[in-house]
Amino acid sequence: MPVREALCAAIDEEMEKDPTVFVMGEEVAQYQGAYKVTKGLLQKFGPERVRDTPITESGFAGLGVGAAFAGMKPIVEFMTFNFSMQAIDHVVNGAAKTHYMSGGTVKCPIVFRGPNGAAAGVAAQHSQCFASWYGHIPGLKVVCPWSSEDAKGLLKAAIRDPNPVVCLENELLYGVEFPMSAEAMSSEFVLPIGKAKVEREGTNVTIVTFSRLVGVALKAAETLAQEGINAEVINLRTIRPLDFDTIASSVRKTNRLVTVEEGWPMYGVGAEIAAQIVETDTFDFLDAPIERVTGVDVPMPYAENLEKLALPQEQNIINAVKRACYRKA
Amino acid sequence: FDLTASFKLYECAGLPTSTTATKEELTSYLRTMLVCRRMETNADTLYKAKMIRGFCHLYVGQEACVVGMEAALRREDGVITAYRNHCHQLLRGDTVEGVLAELLGRRGGSAKGKGGSMHMYNEKFNYYGGNGIVGAQVPYGTGLALKYKMSKEDRVAIAAYGDGAANQGQIFEAMNMAQLWQLPVIYVCENNHYGMGTAVNRASASTEFYKRGQYIPGVKVGSRDVLAVREAFKYARTHALQKGPIVLELDTYRYYGHSMSDPGLYRSRDEISNWRSNNDPITLCRNLLLTNNLSTEDELKALEKEVRVEVDEATERAKAQPQPETAEVYRDIFQKEIPFIRGIELQTSVQAGQPL
Repeated sequence: MPVREALCAAIDEEMEKDPTVFVMGEEVAQYQGAYKVTKGLLQKFGPERVRDTPITESGFAGLGVGAAFAGMKPIVEFMTFNFSMQAIDHVVNGAAKTHYMSGGTVKCPIVFRGPNGAAAGVAAQHSQCFASWYGHIPGLKVVCPWSSEDAKGLLKAAIRDPNPVVCLENELLYGVEFPMSAEAMSSEFVLPIGKAKVEREGTNVTIVTFSRLVGVALKAAETLAQEGINAEVINLRTIRPLDFDTIASSVRKTNRLVTVEEGWPMYGVGAEIAAQIVETDTFDFLDAPIERVTGVDVPMPYAENLEKLALPQEQNIINAVKRACYRKA
Repeated sequence: FDLTASFKLYECAGLPTSTTATKEELTSYLRTMLVCRRMETNADTLYKAKMIRGFCHLYVGQEACVVGMEAALRREDGVITAYRNHCHQLLRGDTVEGVLAELLGRRGGSAKGKGGSMHMYNEKFNYYGGNGIVGAQVPYGTGLALKYKMSKEDRVAIAAYGDGAANQGQIFEAMNMAQLWQLPVIYVCENNHYGMGTAVNRASASTEFYKRGQYIPGVKVGSRDVLAVREAFKYARTHALQKGPIVLELDTYRYYGHSMSDPGLYRSRDEISNWRSNNDPITLCRNLLLTNNLSTEDELKALEKEVRVEVDEATERAKAQPQPETAEVYRDIFQKEIPFIRGIELQTSVQAGQPL
C-alpha cells in the first residue's frame, strides 16, 4: 500500500469512528487533495467535514485551533509545511501553549499535517525540514512517519491524541509502496507516539534517522554489511517526545552512533540526540565520536546536481559509519 | 431610553431607536461596572507596589463594552478576546478574588497563577481568554463559531480585538471564511482610539472599523452607554444566528496607558479628562438612574461604598493566597498524561510527575 493511501485510511477510519474529527485545508475536498491524500473523503463525508479553505494558512490554522478549543478534533492540512510558517504562531503560541497557560483547563486536540522536507526541484522556499522547529516546542508532539505502517499508525494516534500533534509527512514517499501487515490493515491499528522502531538489528554501529532517510539508511546498511559492518538502523517515528531509551540501549550495544537527517545541522535533531548521549552515562559506552549526517547548511538550490549535493546520500551515511568504525573509506 | 444617536450602520438596518430597562437591570449594570473599575484600580495599586508582574492592561473607561455585551449574550455563547481581559474574565464566571489571584500569580487564579494578566480562561463558561498575541484570537473565535455551526448549536461566538489589532491580516482571513461559511460570529472591535501609543488615524487608512468587514455588515456603537451596547449585541446575536458574521465597533476610551509601563505622552491630559467628564459609562448609567427617579443619590452612594468594601476585601483575600506549588511548573503540558520533562539540569528533570 502506498503511504498516501495509508494516510487516507487513517483519516477515513478516524472520521468514521469519531464525528468530531474533520479535515480542513487547501484543495482537500473537491480537488481530492493537492497530493491526493484526502482522495474520496469528500464523497464519503461531505463538504462540512472535508472542508476546502482559501489560501490563508494563518486564518484556517487559527480556525482549527478555535474549533479544537470548543471540542472538535480538526485535522489541518498544510499543502506543505513550508506554508505552516504563515501560521506558526497558531501552532506554537495557540495550540501548544494554551493548555499550560490555562492551568490545564482549555484543551486543544488538533492535528497539523502535510508534506515536510525537500521534494524534488522545488528550491529553497519549498524544501526544508521542520522536525527541529516543531520538535523545539513544549506542548507539541511531533511524529514523522516513513513507511505505510508508520503513516497509518502514527496519524491515527495523532488524531486520537487529546493534545496538539504535528505530523510531518514526505511528498517523495507518498507514492512509495510498503507492505502492510494484517494487523496494520485493521481499523484499530495505532502506533504509540514516542516510541522508535529498530528497523534493522545490528551490532557494530547505530544509525538513527527518520522519514525518507530511513530507506536510504537501510540501503547503506546493506552495502555496509557486504564490507562486514553490521549496522543497527533506528527509525525514530516520533521527534517529540524523543525515545531516547531505544537510542541509548542501542548505543550501549554498538558503542557507535551516526545520526542522519535532511534538516540543517545547527540545533538539529542530531544535535539534540548527541547532547543527550554525552550528558548521560551512555557517553561512557562510546568508542568513537558521534557522527552527524545532515542537510548542507544552505538554502536548498534548484539545479539537480546542486540539490543532490545539499542532501544526505547513501554514500554520506557509509562514509560516516566507516569513520565511526575506524575503517578506511 | 433614547438610542437615536447611538448607532451608525453599514449594510444593515433595524437597530432600535429606543429601549427600556428596569431599575434592577440598570442597577445591576452600574454595580458590575463599579466592580470592574474598583478591581482594575486595585490592580493598578498592586502593580505599582510591584506585586503584579509583567504586563498589565487595564480596562478602566471601557466597562460599558463588556457589561453591555454580557447583558445580551447567553452563557453558552463563546467569548474570546485579547490581552485587556480582566473584566471579560470577571463577567464570564470568575470572581474579583480569582482575577486578582491570577494577576498576583497565586494558586487560586483561573490558570493557577501560570497565565497572568493576559491569559485567563473559564472554559466552563465558554470563555477562551485572554490572548497575548495581537489579532491571533480572531481566527480562534471564528473557529468557535465553526464548531457551533458544524454541531448545529444555537450559539454565537464573540471574537473581540482592539483598534490596534484591526489591521492584522489574519482578521481579514478569518472574516473571509466566516462570510463564505455563514458562521455565527460577532466581530467586536473595541476602539479605544489608541493602539498602544499610536492614534487610530496614524495606524489605520480607514478608521471606520465597522465598515472594515467589507462584505460583512457592521454597526458602530456609542459605547459610553451600556444600554446601546446591549441592544447592539442583541441585534448582532440574532443576525449572526440567522445570516452569519457581523462587525460591531464599540467606540470607547481607556483612561490609563496601554499597559502599566506607558506614561501616555501621546495624548493630552485634557483629552482624557474631557472624555472622563462627558463620556464616562459609569457616570452616564448613574445619571440614568437619577434623572429617571429610579434611585436616589444616597442609594447610589451606598452602592458605591458596598462595592468598594467588597472588592477591597476580595483584594486582601487574593493577596493572602499562597503562591502556586512548585511542582506546578511541570504540570499541564499535556492533557491526560504526565510526560518526562527535562529540568534546568538533567538531574532536576521530572519523570511522571516525580523527580528522577
